[in-house]
Amino acid sequence: MAYDKFDILTSTAVPLPIENVDTDQIIPARFLKATERVGFGDNLFRDWRYNQDNTLKEDFVLNQDKFSGKILVGGKNFGSGSSREHAAWAVYDYGFRCVVSSFFADIFRGNCLNIGVLPVQVSAEFLQKIFDATEADPTTELEVNLKEQKITLLSTGESESFDINDYKKNNMLNGFDDIDYLLNIKKDIETFAESTPL
Amino acid sequence: MSATKTLFDKVWDSHVVHKIQDGPDVLFIDRHMVHEVTSPVAFLGIKNRSIPVMHPEKTFATADHNTPTINQHLPVADPLSANQLKMLEENANEYGISYWGLGHAKNGIVHVVGPEYGITQPGATIVCGDSHTSTHGAFGAIAFGIGTSEVEMVLATQCIMQPKPKRMRININGKMSKGVTPKDVALFIISQLTTSGATGYFVEYAGEIFRDMSMEGRMTVCNLSIEMGARGGMIAPDEKTFEYVKGREFTPKGADWDKAMAYWETLYTDEDAIFDKELTFDGSLIEPMITYGTNPGMGMGISNDIPMANDVQGGATTYQKSLKYMDFNEGDSMMGKPIDFVFLGSCTNGRIEDFRAFASIVKGRKKADNVTAWLVPGSHKVETAIKEEGILDILIESGFELREPGCSACLAMNDDKVPAGKLAVSTSNRNFEGRQGPGSRTLLASPLVAAAAAVTGKVTDPRELMEEMVAG
Repeated sequence: MAYDKFDILTSTAVPLPIENVDTDQIIPARFLKATERVGFGDNLFRDWRYNQDNTLKEDFVLNQDKFSGKILVGGKNFGSGSSREHAAWAVYDYGFRCVVSSFFADIFRGNCLNIGVLPVQVSAEFLQKIFDATEADPTTELEVNLKEQKITLLSTGESESFDINDYKKNNMLNGFDDIDYLLNIKKDIETFAESTPL
Repeated sequence: MSATKTLFDKVWDSHVVHKIQDGPDVLFIDRHMVHEVTSPVAFLGIKNRSIPVMHPEKTFATADHNTPTINQHLPVADPLSANQLKMLEENANEYGISYWGLGHAKNGIVHVVGPEYGITQPGATIVCGDSHTSTHGAFGAIAFGIGTSEVEMVLATQCIMQPKPKRMRININGKMSKGVTPKDVALFIISQLTTSGATGYFVEYAGEIFRDMSMEGRMTVCNLSIEMGARGGMIAPDEKTFEYVKGREFTPKGADWDKAMAYWETLYTDEDAIFDKELTFDGSLIEPMITYGTNPGMGMGISNDIPMANDVQGGATTYQKSLKYMDFNEGDSMMGKPIDFVFLGSCTNGRIEDFRAFASIVKGRKKADNVTAWLVPGSHKVETAIKEEGILDILIESGFELREPGCSACLAMNDDKVPAGKLAVSTSNRNFEGRQGPGSRTLLASPLVAAAAAVTGKVTDPRELMEEMVAG
């Protein structure tokens, strides 16, 4: 489905300095039973946010009032595990529009790009600077500029460039959708289908 | 024209419909499998666009993630699960897709039934909204998991858009030692590479150890490719592959078989083909494996001690968080730790060979009183074989019960949840926090290790219980 355009995002960030955050943590399997894409944000990081009696785990970052914003910053290998797009939906539905890490799992990265959440991969050093800055001062803002492929820590002006292919970049800047692209080359696909051996 | 190609390149390149400059390839998909959990929003998407499924004959639906594993003849009690199952049936009927729902003779886990009925074929491109789609790579197919937006894409256009992954080859020569199974080989590889060591790559497994494996064993290995971050893994098809595929319901017949074989026989990596990364291990050094942490890379030989935080790659904080969750300490031995649950099943180890291996250990022994065991076949076909081969009699004699097919406690979407704090030895694929139920603790292992734990009530080296036998 079509999604919001992404241009420049300036926001405070929520730091989650844990490595290998898997999609079972982002959204546990028992919350995958919906048949429409609604309400997944309520269960984002469910078992890290809530005790089993549904009381809040006060020390978890999403439960600390001082941290908020549209940018989630996670440790290395963010989004590993299951292909569930629900993980990206939960991140989006909670209010994040960008996830920053020093390394992303493939499927999670692709899922984010397909729904309009920008995955920004930075160096381990820059990631640490972001963690340090946001933890020292939660009002610290980051600027993510998609057109220039640049992320800046506004408190110090330090910045780093990030990769994204031109096709996906254009999609995100304009809110374009892959299926529209594919439907435009439907004739080519049909011709190809006739020649496949299997 | 390029002279030499890898197996992966041959299959990928022959499926590229269209290349986008500085963007993904448009890849044609030969087989698309759907299940109840990741498909409803995709069907809703094409409904909202008012477009049909482009190739319903290339799409197959089965219910597995959400299904109960007892009393499948009764209505599904959980209303949300029942609704998802109903949606899948309605969508399959509306769009003319083969549907093997609950109670259907061909029902089972999507990655178990695909090969069983010949939907899985060498040289095919196969996708499903499930990361363990990599299983089908055992046949020399390019098979990988996709998200729901991509499920919608495939329903609508029979294509997906993917940047071409890099190529990695993992070579393992030597024989599997006593008590070592394909699961141990895979857990060994992941422990060496970590859970992100193959991210961005598509892996080819090569060497004697994989050549010697049965198709079931190869499926177990390819299934776990995603756990080291790889999009998928594949093994070049050989006589064993063709023999397995021949004569199955959806396999080509007659002249079509000959045509398919002409293609399949080209599916190997050319001698001089270049990989972006190549790794080699000595298979004879692999032991029965067990995990001790909260990702599949945190595994070791069963007789080893849990590594010290300073000796592992990655952050000590994350490592210690993981051990704290498991309630283990650095330097602990795993052997002898009392366990509460055993789960035999899943798309990783829910095939007939896995039940044969499990039975070989429990035969003539009794289930330990402190253990709850869930033995869940991957499909009705596996269930039937368990009965016909006399394995069920062995299991019952030893105090076990057999449940009905499904994903079950692998991801605990149904009622098969390991309670908080309980320790489970599981033949499935993920030991993430809460994966088998909120607060549950999982040790990933082979069916032999699971069986040894089931009869002793603690973590036990299966080699101690083995007589003259060859592991499956």
